[in-house]
Amino acid sequence: MQHKVIDTKDVVIRFAGDSGDGMQLTGSLFADMSAIYGNELSTFPDYPAEIRAPHGTLSGVSGFQVHIGSGHVTTPGDLCDLLVAMNPAALKTNAKWLKRTAMVLIDQDTFDEEGMKKAGFKEDPVAELHIEDRTIVVAPITTLTEESLKDSGLDIKAIHKCKNMFTLGMACFIYSRPLEYIYTYLEKKFGRKHPEMVAPNKKVLNDGYNYAANIQAIPDTYVVEPAHLPKGLYRNITGNQATAWGFLAASEKSGRPLFCGSYPITPATAILEELAIHKSLGVKTLQAEDEIAGICTAIGAAYAGDLAITTTSGPGLSLKSEALGLAVMTELPLVVVDVQRAGPSTGIPTKTEQTDLDQALYGRNGECPIAVIAAHSPAHCFDTAFNAARLALEHMMPVIMLSEGFLGNGSEPWRIPSMKDYPEIRPPFADEGDIPFKPFRRDPVTMVRKWGLPGIKGFEHRVGGLEKNHDGVLSSEPLNHEMMVHERAEKVARLADVIPPLEVMGAGSGKLLVVGWGGTYGHLYTAVAQEQAAGRDVSYAHFDYINPLPKNTAEVFAGFEKILVCELNNGQFANYLRGLLPQFSYLQYNKVQGQPFLVHELAAAIDKEF
Amino acid sequence: MEKYTFKDFKSDQEVRWCPGCGDHAVLAALQRAMPRVSEILGYDKERYVVVSGIGCSSRLPYYMDTYGFHSIHGRATAVSTGIKVANPELSVWQACGDGDALAIGGNHFIHAIRRNIDINIILFNNRIYGLTKGQYSPTSKFGAITKTSPYGTVEHPFNPGSLVLGAKGTFFARGLDSELKLNEDIMVAAAVHNGTSVIEMLTNCVIFNNGAHAEISDREYRADRTIVLRHGEKMIFGRNRDKGLVLDGLRLKVVTIGEKGITEDDVLTHDAHSDNIGIHMMLADMKYPEYPVALGVIRDVNDVTYDAAVRMQVEQVTAKSRIHCVDDLLRSGTVWEVK
Repeated sequence: MQHKVIDTKDVVIRFAGDSGDGMQLTGSLFADMSAIYGNELSTFPDYPAEIRAPHGTLSGVSGFQVHIGSGHVTTPGDLCDLLVAMNPAALKTNAKWLKRTAMVLIDQDTFDEEGMKKAGFKEDPVAELHIEDRTIVVAPITTLTEESLKDSGLDIKAIHKCKNMFTLGMACFIYSRPLEYIYTYLEKKFGRKHPEMVAPNKKVLNDGYNYAANIQAIPDTYVVEPAHLPKGLYRNITGNQATAWGFLAASEKSGRPLFCGSYPITPATAILEELAIHKSLGVKTLQAEDEIAGICTAIGAAYAGDLAITTTSGPGLSLKSEALGLAVMTELPLVVVDVQRAGPSTGIPTKTEQTDLDQALYGRNGECPIAVIAAHSPAHCFDTAFNAARLALEHMMPVIMLSEGFLGNGSEPWRIPSMKDYPEIRPPFADEGDIPFKPFRRDPVTMVRKWGLPGIKGFEHRVGGLEKNHDGVLSSEPLNHEMMVHERAEKVARLADVIPPLEVMGAGSGKLLVVGWGGTYGHLYTAVAQEQAAGRDVSYAHFDYINPLPKNTAEVFAGFEKILVCELNNGQFANYLRGLLPQFSYLQYNKVQGQPFLVHELAAAIDKEF
Repeated sequence: MEKYTFKDFKSDQEVRWCPGCGDHAVLAALQRAMPRVSEILGYDKERYVVVSGIGCSSRLPYYMDTYGFHSIHGRATAVSTGIKVANPELSVWQACGDGDALAIGGNHFIHAIRRNIDINIILFNNRIYGLTKGQYSPTSKFGAITKTSPYGTVEHPFNPGSLVLGAKGTFFARGLDSELKLNEDIMVAAAVHNGTSVIEMLTNCVIFNNGAHAEISDREYRADRTIVLRHGEKMIFGRNRDKGLVLDGLRLKVVTIGEKGITEDDVLTHDAHSDNIGIHMMLADMKYPEYPVALGVIRDVNDVTYDAAVRMQVEQVTAKSRIHCVDDLLRSGTVWEVK
């Protein structure tokens, strides 16, 4: 067979196996290696809630998709060019993601009677899935790994744990990736604690690579050239890591020590874990006894003068509702991060959604508006966290930052910024001129009150959940209450004066404006770009700031005949817009499957409007 | 440092508790304890923060001329914890009730004690929900008739002392609203103690649970039905100072000095600093009529505090780490250059 090396613009690879097969690691190693090689990329870990679901079952399949390209990559890709299926269940659950031209790499050894039965196959999985037209590469990966390590001295369990390196080796051959980065990684990972694991993993990786090179089953290999990225220093970053780092940056720029009071919850936990590492930057992390203690310790820390945050997901945000009201009432700076997941209730904890917008906007007792901002990509979580903290500290208010499981777990290469390019954050501290201190007197322009820190003489004052007047004295006087309600709302509304205007991708007026917010950015951007390239009169506006909306929102909307709001919920943002800007009518495209949009779905939805 | 009197700690707010409420006396004791604490520990007034939850006693911060935070129901302990971790220099005091701390806030209460964060919790125990007008609380006696238990409760009450010691509390004391001087001494001891100090204040609710602790608090027989424990002193009580506590096997027993050959030497000496939590548990658990109810500082031992450990860890990691600013962090780990 004639072997060809094909230059291609981008490829999508999906690694799928049992939740114990190490697919997340394999996928992220491939991604990191590609990033260093210079590709643009986007990743999508798609894994079950169970840590080790029953072996070989459909529900236990864990997947990791990575999209690498020599051009601009903004999504993890709809369908894949290569599917690595470590067992029958992985093949069955992932066959639907195959391109017509895809290659499938299968571990033949797992397709025994038991494996087939667990996946619900009868005789011929390829025929049953109707994927005969794909390139199916069948390799006895388990046997070959065992063979490769038969003299290693490792027991059979340890040997089987190296199977993922064999497949990674094969994938590296198919996509012409050098193995050096993985060597370095293995040395770092195992070098200190398990040095005996370095050599076997390297050997299996190499054997996998050579096996792929030797067999005749792989017709072509591919090269994805480095992308033309702007010059600079780069790293890979996940959304959760970027969120944690954004707060550290805000702490440095404000001079306020960072305090994080949080309770572990999927998919937000990694933010707390990341912050717990960086005590050398003065961060104090408190793993609270529950979600309520998470936010209440943060409120206490805010009162005492820290940059206080709490990180959670939807169910946790529900538990924090009452305390959020306290933060609104006491007018203390606080950031609450909600890494959204599929709900309601426990829902599907590891799957992504945008269904907490209503909760973020409205989920409290009383008249209780809160600023809401959203991140639009993994790396953008850094700036979003920074801005959330800046707004909270400078405007003395709680801010909700919406992230999504898709962003938190996903990663992308990021050009490392320099802190000198970020603004100083200047909280409105009370000074000598404010004595005698009246805690709720406001700046007439921003409506912001002053921050008097305990420990400093002269600002002794009381705050709390009861309604007060400007002097900080308890008051149930009807008109005072109404005034304070208006003022707290006005303070949030006036953030519009300091946030950037809404930008439009494409023409400023025309037939159709696609509207999105949050983590759907990459998919919407790609879909609209495709449609524009195909000649459609379509533009795109993406909202990072949700409450308040950018000041020019109505002006932007007015330029279009139709507005199509696309979101991963049943229309929460569309309804919010209907309430605020009822002069426009809004079309909706919604998906609530615990999965991100696919570009081709969006393209079809856009096509429908023409 | 300034020298303070109790007047310095009185705010200009009108005290709105019912006339005869036990909370008045506790407030007075706190306002008298704080100048003493300042003198002993060298605290300026601005270092005090008084935190509360929701309930009658949680109005207390408004009556103190200090920094204050009136938070939400049950969560005072979490707010106090955040304040202390953020700024360990502050002297954090917390007022909370039996419903506030032990029902809705039970989780935060035991975890603060477990962590041993250096805050001072005054738990006002009147065995009733007062602000919601008379429902039973987690400390109401079994069978108590209240608005939500018209036929008597069928719930066993918590003994706050057992809960504190069960969570390995390092400081537990019990006061009685009318014992102003004792309460003041207890509060000073709580402030001096490093770690979570819990003071259970037995308070009366004149409106919804009048006589909440009458069987021991009545002047006529208070001396016979309570024992004031002082570290290093014999466990002797009674109006004639002739009763004492001894160990009988594994249990405490009340004896009369001078009877059956019992002398003062046989009576136990209180050791609040002992790490033997068992004896403290027995003392905290004593109930009338079998025993006198223990007042005073029952346990006061040293252990690592959470706030100090947090600070120490930050210092240790900082000394070792190569990451000292965000620019260092951003460039740490795997990075690559695009030229």
